[in-house]
Amino acid sequence: MRKFQLITKGFVKENPTFSLLLGMCPTLATTTSAINGMSMGLATLFVLVLSNMAISATAPYIPDKVRIPAYIVIIAAFVTILQFVMQAFTPDIYKTLGLFIPLIVVNCIVLGRAEAFANKNSVLDSACDGLGIGIGFTFALTLLGLVREILGSGSAFNWKFIDGDGILVFVLAPGAFMALAYLIVLFKKVTSGKGE
Amino acid sequence: MEYILIIISAIFVNNILLSQFMGICPFLGVSNKLSTATGMSGAVCFVITLATLVTYLFQYYVLVPLHIEFMQTIAFILIIAALVQMVEIVLKKVSPALYQALGIFLPLITTNCAVLGVALMVVTNEFTYGGAEPHKLNLGESVVFAFATSLGFGLAMILFAGLREQIALNKVPKPFKGIPIALVTASILAMAFMGFSGLV
Amino acid sequence: MAVQSSFKNMTLCLFAVCLVASALLAAVYAITKEPIEVAEHNKTISAIAQVVPEFEGEPVSDTIEVSGRKYPYYVVSKGGQPVGYAINTSSVGYGGPLSLMVGMTADRVIYNTTVLSQSETPGLGAKCVEPEFADQFRNWNPEEKTLAVTKDGGDVDAITASTITSRAYSKAVETAVTVFDAIVSINKGE
Repeated sequence: MRKFQLITKGFVKENPTFSLLLGMCPTLATTTSAINGMSMGLATLFVLVLSNMAISATAPYIPDKVRIPAYIVIIAAFVTILQFVMQAFTPDIYKTLGLFIPLIVVNCIVLGRAEAFANKNSVLDSACDGLGIGIGFTFALTLLGLVREILGSGSAFNWKFIDGDGILVFVLAPGAFMALAYLIVLFKKVTSGKGE
Repeated sequence: MEYILIIISAIFVNNILLSQFMGICPFLGVSNKLSTATGMSGAVCFVITLATLVTYLFQYYVLVPLHIEFMQTIAFILIIAALVQMVEIVLKKVSPALYQALGIFLPLITTNCAVLGVALMVVTNEFTYGGAEPHKLNLGESVVFAFATSLGFGLAMILFAGLREQIALNKVPKPFKGIPIALVTASILAMAFMGFSGLV
Repeated sequence: MAVQSSFKNMTLCLFAVCLVASALLAAVYAITKEPIEVAEHNKTISAIAQVVPEFEGEPVSDTIEVSGRKYPYYVVSKGGQPVGYAINTSSVGYGGPLSLMVGMTADRVIYNTTVLSQSETPGLGAKCVEPEFADQFRNWNPEEKTLAVTKDGGDVDAITASTITSRAYSKAVETAVTVFDAIVSINKGE
């Protein structure tokens, strides 16, 4: 039951994008389409689960004062592994996401979960936590990507439903900020109506 | 001539915050007040330039000769973390006044993706200015690029903080309070910066 | 709870973490090195196959220097005769470098073109990858038609509102023709 809660909480209550506002850089930069957003979310999920597990397993042996550098090294190692795997098996996605794959290292969500959860919980719980937060992040990025793709290019998951162009600005930088602003407002409205 | 193009391009055309989306966390997090935004920009400016210089040298004099380019991400982030620590210690000793102003922002900078982003960009991406053929930047160009990028960061940051201070005095619909209205503002600012595209 | 920090265990611990991390990375690097190379190779091959006529065997890669710049190119042959040349050229578009693979047949006609990398504005210049624009270069004979946008007196129909990208594309194709001539003249000289 607890494990289930750990996985689902990232969806709404502790959604890293809409309610905690973490990891904004990849959120805004890679969501030009639903597929791109989803790929970025899954890439982060991969790192999040593995680094959470590794940190949870090693935390008892790491002296307190050097824990942050140690965590960063662990996270960076998994990110580099992800880079190699993506280069080998999904080179097109790797090229599209570009610099934002290595930049997962400095995504506050990953280090944040290590500090807030993984270093004081069991390996299995940490894995569930990473999975939950990762799913929440993927969900948010896919949704934002979908909204931007529908408005900006008139297609959804690369399936085009109108001829010609959409409202181009939504694919460009200003649209990213705008779409995210409205999604957060919507998210606040929905959750506050239900929760309180 | 090329240096001028690099500077204009990095500050206005490819603004790190408003068109590349790097360093958004401090952009949204510490832009409530003009004074903190200025402090943050100063600290970022210092660290980006220094970090790019060191990582550039490390890439071409350590990683490449030893054929361990695969250690790039780990090495760069460790260098940045160590540099930030060092800057903090040195600043504390040498200039307590400056430390007072920038000190609290320094620990936040390690996880500012603009720093790692610029460091990685200069060694992986190819740049092109004024119709010249695309090429990797050399040391001088890299440092100028990093410095100009951080100026762009500062410019966007300070403009944004000024706007947010004004917005704080106005009535905002309740669900928009805080981050959402800031994002809408950023969106309009980004639109304004789009006017620079194609300049270089 | 975490171990008490002392200078000795801090250094030791960080050193151990770095060591394990680098060992792990080296291992993964060694494992994925080959698939990465294969993936890159396949990508080049598929780009070449798109722009040249049907061929047999593997494309032969080479580079040539034309007016101080090196261009990689690939020769494909059928029945022992070279039937096509895929030339990698680049020019500067609106958002950054625009890299193309241009295929030429042996009789100096452009067979097809494909974009290898671009950073043009989505929805505007980025349309250069779409067939509406790119297909006009199919079977383009540089002797009959001029490689410049109509605005500049050429025959290339520019993408709406993206003249700079269209110009860059035409320029890269034009460079490929120049490179092709250089390749042919070298081969004749031999």
